[in-house]
Amino acid sequence: MKSIIWKTFLFLLLAFVSAAGIAFPIVENPTHWYQFPFIPGLEENAKIIFFHVPTAWLTVIAFLMSTIYSFRYLRKKDMNDDIKSYTAAQLGIIFCILATVTGAVWAKFAWGSFWNWDPRQSSIFALLLIYGAWFALRTSIENEEKRATLSAVYAIIAFVTVPFFIFIMPRIMAGLHPGSADDTNSGPVVDFKMNANMMLIFYLSLIGFTILYFWMWRIGYKSLMYKERLNKQQIRG
Amino acid sequence: MSSKAYSLFIKDFRSELRTRYAINSLAMFIIVAISVILFSIGNERVNENLTAGLFWVVIFFTAMSGLARAFVSEEERGTSLTLQLIASPSTVFTGKLIFNLILVFCMNIIIAVLYSAVFDAFVIRNFVLFLCAFVLGNIGLAISSTIIAAIISKAGAKGTLYPVLSFPILLPLILTSVQLTLFSIDGTGFEKSKFELAVVICYDVIMLTASYMLFDFIWKD
Repeated sequence: MKSIIWKTFLFLLLAFVSAAGIAFPIVENPTHWYQFPFIPGLEENAKIIFFHVPTAWLTVIAFLMSTIYSFRYLRKKDMNDDIKSYTAAQLGIIFCILATVTGAVWAKFAWGSFWNWDPRQSSIFALLLIYGAWFALRTSIENEEKRATLSAVYAIIAFVTVPFFIFIMPRIMAGLHPGSADDTNSGPVVDFKMNANMMLIFYLSLIGFTILYFWMWRIGYKSLMYKERLNKQQIRG
Repeated sequence: MSSKAYSLFIKDFRSELRTRYAINSLAMFIIVAISVILFSIGNERVNENLTAGLFWVVIFFTAMSGLARAFVSEEERGTSLTLQLIASPSTVFTGKLIFNLILVFCMNIIIAVLYSAVFDAFVIRNFVLFLCAFVLGNIGLAISSTIIAAIISKAGAKGTLYPVLSFPILLPLILTSVQLTLFSIDGTGFEKSKFELAVVICYDVIMLTASYMLFDFIWKD
């Protein structure tokens, strides 16, 4: 019963965010509650903030959760923690690809080319590489406990380099991405000079996508745990 | 603990002198890598910015070819269990780290000398800054490659996985080092490059701490 309420709430939230994010018009001087302000340098392209930013945010959240469960695995040696960490990373790589692709499509319209090694693009690419290396490491080890331990160690080592990519690099290097070090006109998007309704829909979108992520993560790790249990029963029987 | 780590280092040093596997392959790799660059460039005049990047490309790939040996050799000879008995994990790590540090420094000094002899455009104007970047970069390279070598030795897949796992970890270090090398070629002062130097120092300290904390879990089966 409780889960039905959650699912309905999530459906309504995401439906509203999608409809509002796509359909609400951008005008010079917003007078009605459903109008977004015109931001110089971004114009109509500004609407991607409702869909692109949550995917990038979830990429980092997924990595954080994967690392937290890696820590817990190393402390308690509980295989369920490894499964949770693995599921979080699986979702993380999906959102990482989504963030890269939506960002590249946006860049085609805003900057004129799909890829031009902007610092933000470099850092999302580095995250993609880390996820890729992590899965390559996991597939190379047969023994379950060894795989869990080594991938947990690698996840933590990789995680300590992530702040360099996400927080340091884009801020010291000049770039075109909104919010870069030398950004003058569209920078205020990141300083939240969006008007109130744009900000509201942006936060609703963040919340909606985060709930979606946790829901997918729960289904993912539970199904893997049931699979493990069935495998063990088959071996015994 | 320090005397044990030192004797572990001496053991590695002696066995290296006996076989000269790492030294030979590293020396050949340096020559191969630099000559591939020279052949592909031909008679073109290379611009200064490119030489700084290529310098670190050579260093990265040479490190990837030679430094994986540190722990793999123990696993191949079947001596890792003996090491687990006689020394604590952090001692083993210290010994291996000293060995890799010396290897990295020798290798990179040779690369730097050869590289500046071969490329006319590679002229360092701020030598002290280059020295700082070089030393800090080498320390970071040695630490990261030692801990990844430990993971690789237990993972069983030896050769191909090493650069794949190391590259994302080394990327912040290499990018900042390339930037610092560019500054030293331009002759930029310390005042303008202090942020990049701070980033490299942070990287070294963070990696050293994380490696010592996590090595226990890799080492104990």
